[in-house]
Amino acid sequence: MLSAARHLSRRLPTAAAGVQVRSMGHAQSFHINTPDNTPETYFDFTDENYTRVYKILSKYPANYKQSGIIPLLDLAQRQHGGWLPVAAMDKVAQIVEVDPARVYEVASFYTMFNRTKVGKYFIQLCGTTPCMICGSEDIKKTIEKHLGIKNGETTKDGFFTLLEVECLGACANAPMIQLNDDYYECLTAKTTVELLEACKAGKPPAMGKWGSLPMNGQVSCEGPLGKTSLLDGPPAPPKVDVERFKGGEVDPASVKAHMGY
Amino acid sequence: MAFAAASAALRGATKSRSVAPRALNLLRAISTKNRADLLAGSGAYGGLTDQDRIFTNIYGEQDWRLKDAIKRGDYHMTKEMLWMGPDWIVQEIKDSGLRGRGGAGFPSGLKWSFMPKASDGRPSFLVVNADESEPGTCKDREIMRKDPHKLIEGCLVAGYAMRARAAYIYIRGEYFNEAVVLDEAIHEAYAAGMIGKNACGSGYDFDVYLHRGAGAYICGEETALIESLEGRQGKPRLKPPFPAGVGLFGCPSTVTNVETVAVAPTILRRGASWFAGFGNPNNRGTKLFAISGHVKNPIVVEEAMSIPLRELIEKHCGGMRNGWDTIQACIPGGSSVPVLNKAQCDEALMEFDDLRAKGSGLGTAAVTMFDNTVDMVGAIRRLSHFYAHESCGQCTPCREGTSWLEDILIRMEKGDADKREIPMLEEISRQIEGHTICALGDAAAWPVQGLLRHFKKDIEDRIDDPSSFDAEKAFQYAWSGDPFDNAEWVGKHGDGLSYKASA
Repeated sequence: MLSAARHLSRRLPTAAAGVQVRSMGHAQSFHINTPDNTPETYFDFTDENYTRVYKILSKYPANYKQSGIIPLLDLAQRQHGGWLPVAAMDKVAQIVEVDPARVYEVASFYTMFNRTKVGKYFIQLCGTTPCMICGSEDIKKTIEKHLGIKNGETTKDGFFTLLEVECLGACANAPMIQLNDDYYECLTAKTTVELLEACKAGKPPAMGKWGSLPMNGQVSCEGPLGKTSLLDGPPAPPKVDVERFKGGEVDPASVKAHMGY
Repeated sequence: MAFAAASAALRGATKSRSVAPRALNLLRAISTKNRADLLAGSGAYGGLTDQDRIFTNIYGEQDWRLKDAIKRGDYHMTKEMLWMGPDWIVQEIKDSGLRGRGGAGFPSGLKWSFMPKASDGRPSFLVVNADESEPGTCKDREIMRKDPHKLIEGCLVAGYAMRARAAYIYIRGEYFNEAVVLDEAIHEAYAAGMIGKNACGSGYDFDVYLHRGAGAYICGEETALIESLEGRQGKPRLKPPFPAGVGLFGCPSTVTNVETVAVAPTILRRGASWFAGFGNPNNRGTKLFAISGHVKNPIVVEEAMSIPLRELIEKHCGGMRNGWDTIQACIPGGSSVPVLNKAQCDEALMEFDDLRAKGSGLGTAAVTMFDNTVDMVGAIRRLSHFYAHESCGQCTPCREGTSWLEDILIRMEKGDADKREIPMLEEISRQIEGHTICALGDAAAWPVQGLLRHFKKDIEDRIDDPSSFDAEKAFQYAWSGDPFDNAEWVGKHGDGLSYKASA
C-alpha cells in the first residue's frame, strides 16, 4: 500500500554526516558522536549539585537508587546548559549504580531530555488539539517567520530553538508556549513577537503571581472576562460538626503497629 | 441501601440549604434549568454556592501558604478525623459517592479499601498522580499552585486510610513552577508538624515526597507511573498483579488523581451526605471543570456534577464565541473520549453515566468546544499525532496502529484518499482498541471512532471533491477568549505582575 511506503520512509533515520536532527518533534533514539558529545567528554556534577544529588537520592529506598535517574538527569541537564551529553548519562549511571544502558533508555524515552544542543531560549510550542483550535498554528507561523527557523531547528546565533510538543496542560489558557521552564499563555501573533523581541534583548517578561504569564493581561485561569463564581473571594470555611468526631477511638499508633513500621 | 437513604435525606437537605442572593440571581438567569430538571430526574445540580465549593482559592485571591490555607479551613480537626480510624474514612468516602477524578471514574472508597489491612512485612504507599497531560485538562495544576495544602492534607488522610507509610506525588516535569510551589508547601507542612513524625499530632508518621517526571503522557497510566517512579521507561505493566498487591517498589500501592486526594479532607469534615448532595445518583459531588476552545471566557471552575453542558458553558464561559448554534462538536472529558455532535451537546449532562450513554465519557471533565470554523478531520488528525507520539511502543497494535491512523488521516484531511479507506480506518481503530496492555490504545482509537460516527460525511465529501475544502478558511487564528476585560480585579489580585500589553 502507498501509505505503507510513506510510513516506512518516515521511520528511516535521517541523520546525515554526524548531524543529529529532530523531525516533527521526534528526537532520534540513537547517539552519534559530535565533537562536544562523546563518551569521553568530561562531565561531573558541581559540589553544590552533589548536595542536591544526595538530597534527591534520600527520597527513595536505599535499594531503589534507580528511582533517582529521572531527577538526576534533569539536574545534569540544568547544569549543562539545557542539554544532556552522553557523558552525563554515564555519570548518572555511575551514581545510581546501574548499567549505562538503563540510563540511555530512560533519557531517550522522555521528551524533556534534550540529547542535542538547544538554544538559550528553548521554545516548546503546544500544538495539541485544544491549543491547535485556539491558533497554535498561527503562533507557530509567527515564530517561524520572525526567527527564520522551522520546527525543530535552532537559530544560527544559538539563541532560540523551536519545537512543537504535545499538550502542556494549560488548555484553558491556550495558545501557549513553554520558554525554558516558564509558561507564556493566551498568546496572539502580536504578543508572541513582543515576547521574542524581549528575549532577544535578554529580558523575557517575568512570571506572574502564579508562576505563569498569560499575555492578555489575565492573572491565571479566571478567563479574560473574569471569574463567575467565588465573586467575594474565598468564603470563610463552614462550621464543622464537632459531634461527628466524638467517638474516635482508633489510635493511629496502633495502625502503625500492625503495619510493621 | 445506605445510598438510597443518604440521597433521600439529602434531597431535603439540598432544599433547605441557604443560597446566597447573588447565586440566586444567577440561578434565575438560567432559563435552561427547567428543561434540564426534566432531563436530570431528581438530581441536585447547578447553582452551586460558594459555601459549597471545595477549592475556594482557585482564582488565587489568597496566598497558597499554610497561614492562608488554615484560614480556608485546611488542617482543621485533622487529628480527630484520623482518630476515627482508617475504616471510618474509607466508609465515609464510599458513602460520599466520590468517583476517581483522573478519568476512569472508579469509586474511590472501594479502591482505597483494596489495600492490605495488615502488613506482610512490606510497607504500603500512596502514589498521587499529578502527571496531568490529558489534552484539555488543566485542573490539577490550579490545585497544586494555589491550594497545595489541600493536596498535602489529602495525602495524609488518604494515606492513613490506606495504612500507607508515605506518599509520592508524581508531578509532570513541565509543571516546573507548580512543582516549586508544591515542594515549598511540603517543607512548610513538615516544619509545622502537619506531616512527618506524629503528623498533625495524631501519633501517625507520614512522609510526603515530590517526584518530577520528564514529559511522557503515558506516565499518567498508573503502572507506567510506577515504572517511571522506579526510574525506568514509562511502559505500563500487565495487570494482575494490581498495584494494591504489587506496586511501587514491589509494595502495595494505590495511585490516585490529585483532585480525588485533595477533596477527601473536606468531604470528611463536612460529611459524606453533604458531598453526595450534588449530582445525580452514581455521579455525586462537585468537580473542577476546565473549559477550553471557542468559548468567550475559557476558565477553570468548580461546579456540581450533572450540570448540563449548556448551562456550564453559558454560565461560566459566556457562551460560544459566535453563539450556541455555531457548535460543531465538543470533547467533554479530555482528548481520550469520543466527540459529541451539536445535538448531543444540547442535551448532555456533565456526569459519567449520561455521557457514557451518549457514546462518550466524563473523563477528566476537560471540556473543549469546537465551533463550525474548525475542520474536524484536521482536529482529530492532530489528536492522532498526539497518540502516535505518546505511544510507549510496548504493544504492537498501539505502536504501529497509532501512526497508521495518523497517516491515513493526514491524507483524508486533504481528500487524498479512497472511500474504501474509511471502513479500513475504522477497522484499524477496532484492532487497536482492547488489544493493548493499557488504555492508551483505546484512547487513541476512540477519537477516530467519534470522528467516523459524526463526521463521516465531511470525509466523503472531501474525497469526492478535494478542491471543495478550503484549508485557509479552516485556519485557526489565535483565540484565547474575548478581549481582556477584567482590569479592576487583576489590579487588585494580580500583585502588579500581570502582563501589560503595549498599545
